Amino acid sequence: MSDGADPVAAFRIEAGELLDQVERALLDLTGAPAHRGLIDEVFRGLHTLKGSGAMFGFDALARFTHHCESAFDRVRKGQAPASRALIDVVLSARDHMQALIDAGNSSDPALDGAGEAILARLASAVATAPAAAAMDAAPAPEAAPPEAEAGWQIRFRLPEGALANGSNPLALLDELRDLGPCTVVCRMGELPALDAFAPAECHAAWEVTWAAADAGEISREAIEDVFLFLIDDMELTITRPGAPAATADAPPLPADTAEGPAAPRPAGPPRESVRVQAERLDELMNRVGELVIAQSRLELLAMAQGQVDAASLRAVSEDIQRLSAELRDTSMALRMMPVAHLFGRFRRLIHDLAQETGKSIELVTDGEATEVDKTVIERLADPMIHVIRNSCDHGLEPAGERAAAGKPATGRIVLSARQAGGEVLIAIRDDGRGINRARVRAKAEAQGLIAPGAPLADAELLQMIFAPGFSTAAAITNLSGRGVGMDVVKRSIETLRGTIDIDSTEGDGTTITLHLPLTLAIIECMLVRVGAGRYAIPLSAVEECLELPATEVAGTRRRNFLDVRGELVPYLRLHDSFASDHPADLYQKVIVVAQGRGRVGLVVDQILGNTQTVIKSLSRFHAGVSAFSGATILGDGSVALILDVGALIAGAQKARRTRGDRPAESAGEAA
Amino acid sequence: MNAPASHSLPAIAIPERMLTFGLGGEHFAIDAQCVREIMEVPAITRVPGAPAFADGLLNVRGAIVPLADLAIVFGMERAAHNADTRIIVIEAAVEEEAATIGILADKVFDVASLDGAPVESPPQVGMKWRTDFIIGIARHAGRFVILPDLPRIFTECVGQIHRAAPHLPA
Repeated sequence: MSDGADPVAAFRIEAGELLDQVERALLDLTGAPAHRGLIDEVFRGLHTLKGSGAMFGFDALARFTHHCESAFDRVRKGQAPASRALIDVVLSARDHMQALIDAGNSSDPALDGAGEAILARLASAVATAPAAAAMDAAPAPEAAPPEAEAGWQIRFRLPEGALANGSNPLALLDELRDLGPCTVVCRMGELPALDAFAPAECHAAWEVTWAAADAGEISREAIEDVFLFLIDDMELTITRPGAPAATADAPPLPADTAEGPAAPRPAGPPRESVRVQAERLDELMNRVGELVIAQSRLELLAMAQGQVDAASLRAVSEDIQRLSAELRDTSMALRMMPVAHLFGRFRRLIHDLAQETGKSIELVTDGEATEVDKTVIERLADPMIHVIRNSCDHGLEPAGERAAAGKPATGRIVLSARQAGGEVLIAIRDDGRGINRARVRAKAEAQGLIAPGAPLADAELLQMIFAPGFSTAAAITNLSGRGVGMDVVKRSIETLRGTIDIDSTEGDGTTITLHLPLTLAIIECMLVRVGAGRYAIPLSAVEECLELPATEVAGTRRRNFLDVRGELVPYLRLHDSFASDHPADLYQKVIVVAQGRGRVGLVVDQILGNTQTVIKSLSRFHAGVSAFSGATILGDGSVALILDVGALIAGAQKARRTRGDRPAESAGEAA
Repeated sequence: MNAPASHSLPAIAIPERMLTFGLGGEHFAIDAQCVREIMEVPAITRVPGAPAFADGLLNVRGAIVPLADLAIVFGMERAAHNADTRIIVIEAAVEEEAATIGILADKVFDVASLDGAPVESPPQVGMKWRTDFIIGIARHAGRFVILPDLPRIFTECVGQIHRAAPHLPA
C-alpha cells in the first residue's frame, strides 16, 4: 500500500482489512453482545468503509453500507440490541459488501437483488422489539446516570499524525461546544524542543470545561462520541471536577467477562497494513550495512597489489559468513507470520458451519502466536478448511446424541499450533464421536485397499481415510461427502513437505495433526553423488545411512529389498534409475529415507556431506519429472537437484505392488 | 516477439535486429530483443527422466534456468561442446508465461539487421522439420537463415511433457 500506485487497488486492500475487522468484532460480539468496545469497532469499521467507498466511486457499496451503519448506530445508542439475528444479518451483509467491492462499478442485477434481500432482513432484525430494546439491549456500560450536579472537565491531546490523517481539532472543539456552553483552554505546555518540533504535527492540548449548570444533559458517552475515531490512540481524560481522574485511553470495559464464560478475545493487535515488524526491517538494514562494509574490505584486499595477507582475507571471509547467516535468519523472519492470521479465518467458518449443521459449536484456539512461513499459511487455509468441515460435519454429533453420551451439548473444535524443533505442529481436535475403525476397515476391504482380514496396525488403518476415493463421509456417517476427499488434503500438505498424523478415540474425538516445516525456502540437505551428478536429500527425511551389503552389489540385482535390523526395506538404485553412464562405485551407500510411514533405501555412490540449500522450483519443462522437488545452487555454482522423497517412496511402493511383492524382477530399468 | 506467422502471406514481419547463430550446420536467427545474455558453457546439471529437448539445468547468476536444445527439436545430431559453443539466455513466453531459458548454439555469429532481406514462409513440402516451428526463412549474406518460432516450440514441448508426464522408473 505504501507505493499506492493505484488508489482503487489500495482501497480494495484497505476495505478487505476493514471487513475483516468488522467480521472479527461481530463474531466476538456473539459471545459478548453488550460489549461497548466491540459495537464501536463494528460501527467505526462500517463508517470508514462507507466514507472511503464513496470517495473511490464505490457508490453501491457506500449506499448499502450506510444502512448497516445506521443499524449499528442504533445499537450503539442503545436503541436496539446486538441480537444474534442482527449479527447474522450483518455478517451476510459483510459478505455482500465484499462482493460489491469485487464487482467494482459494474452493476449486477442479481447482486442488487441480494443486497435488497439483506437490507430487508436487516430492517426486520433492527425493528424487533424496539420497546424492549431500551431494557435489555446494550445498556450503556456503567450506565452513567445524568450527573448534572458536577459538570465535566476533559483534557485531550490528538495522537501523532492526526492532522495528516484528516482530523480537524477545530471541528472537534465545535462539536464539543455543541454539547453545551463550555470554556476551552489551549495548553501549549508540552511543546517539544525546537529540534524535535515537527511542523506537521499538532502539539497543542486542550482543556474543555462544562460548568455544573451547563452540563445537565451531557453524558460521558456523548463526550466520548466526539472522539469516536480517535479515542483508541489519543490521550483523553474525562473528569468531574473534584473527582479522581478516569482515563479513557481504552473505552470503559463493560462487565462482559462477568456475563458469560470465555468470550473469545481477538488474539494480538488488529491487523495492520504493514505486515513486517519495523524492528525486523531495522535489523535487516543493519545487517546490510555491515555487509557493505565487509564487501568494501574484501574489495580492498582484492585490489591490493602483490601479496594478499591470508589472515585478513580469512577474517573478511568469516565476517561475510556470519553476516550471510544472520541475513538469512533475518530475512526468513520477515516471511514468518503468526498462525493467528490463519486461525482467525476459521472463526467465521465455524460460525457458518454451526448454522448449516444446526449444531452448537465452540472454537478454541491455542498457540496463535506460533509463527510459520507466509507461504505455508497461505497454502494451509484450504486443506484446513476441509479438515474442520469434516470435524464439524461428521465428527461432532448432534446435540441429542451428545447428551446421550454424557457430553456437553456444545461441540468443541480446538485449533492449536506449536513449534517442535524444525517443525510446526498444527492440530485440529474435535470432541466428537471419533473414527469408527470397523467401518473404515469394511470400506477399505470393499475398495480392495487391504486384503480382507489382513492384520493392520491401528495407525495404518486410520491412514486409509487418506486413500484416493475413500469417502469418509459414506464410511463413517452416511452424510454426503463434498466431492473432495481427504486425499486432496494429504496431497496439499505433502506439497508443503509436511505430513499428517491422525489420532482418534472412538466416542471421544479425533485429532488431526499437521506436521509442517518451519519454512519452505531453506532446508538442511544431505548431499550425495550418483554417477557424475550431485543430488540433495532433505535431511529431515533421512533416517540412517548404511553400506550396501556385498550380497547386494550391482550385478546380482535379484532382489530389491534390504534387511534393516529385521525390517524389509525396499531400495532403489539411483544409479540405474537416473541412467547414469558413469560407472558405479564399488562401495555404494544406502540412505534410508522415510516420510509419513513409508520408507525406502536410496543407493548412492558417495555421501558428500550436509549443506544448507535454498530451494528453487523447477521450470515448467521439468514439472513432469516427479523424482525431484526442486533444485539448488551449490557453493561452486553448479546446480544440484533435490530429491522428492515422497514421490520416490510412492514410486517404490507402486513398484512393489505391481510386482506382487515378489523380490524377483530387476531393481530398475534405465530411464 | 513476432506476429504469428501465416503461411499464406509471403511477406512476414520480422524484428529489426536479429541474433544469428549456427546449430547443426544451419544458420538460425532470433529476435535480439529477447536475448538476455550470451555465456560460455558452464557446468550443466543433467535432469534424469526429463525429455531430451530440455534435460539440463544451468546456474545463470543465481537463477536456475532450464537448458533447451533446439537440435533435438529440429532432429539434428547433438554436437559435442567445443570452444565455440555458447548458451544464449533468452526471455520467452512459455504457455503465455514469461520464462528464462538457455538455448545451445554451436557458434554465435552476430547481431544483424535482416531488414530488406527477403523472408519467405517455409515451403510446405520438402521440409524435414515441422513447418509450424518456423516463422520463415530469410536470405542473408548469401545463406538461408531459419527463423524459429520459439514461443511456439517451447509451448509445444511443455505441452508434450505434460501429456507424457514421464515418471522415474522404479
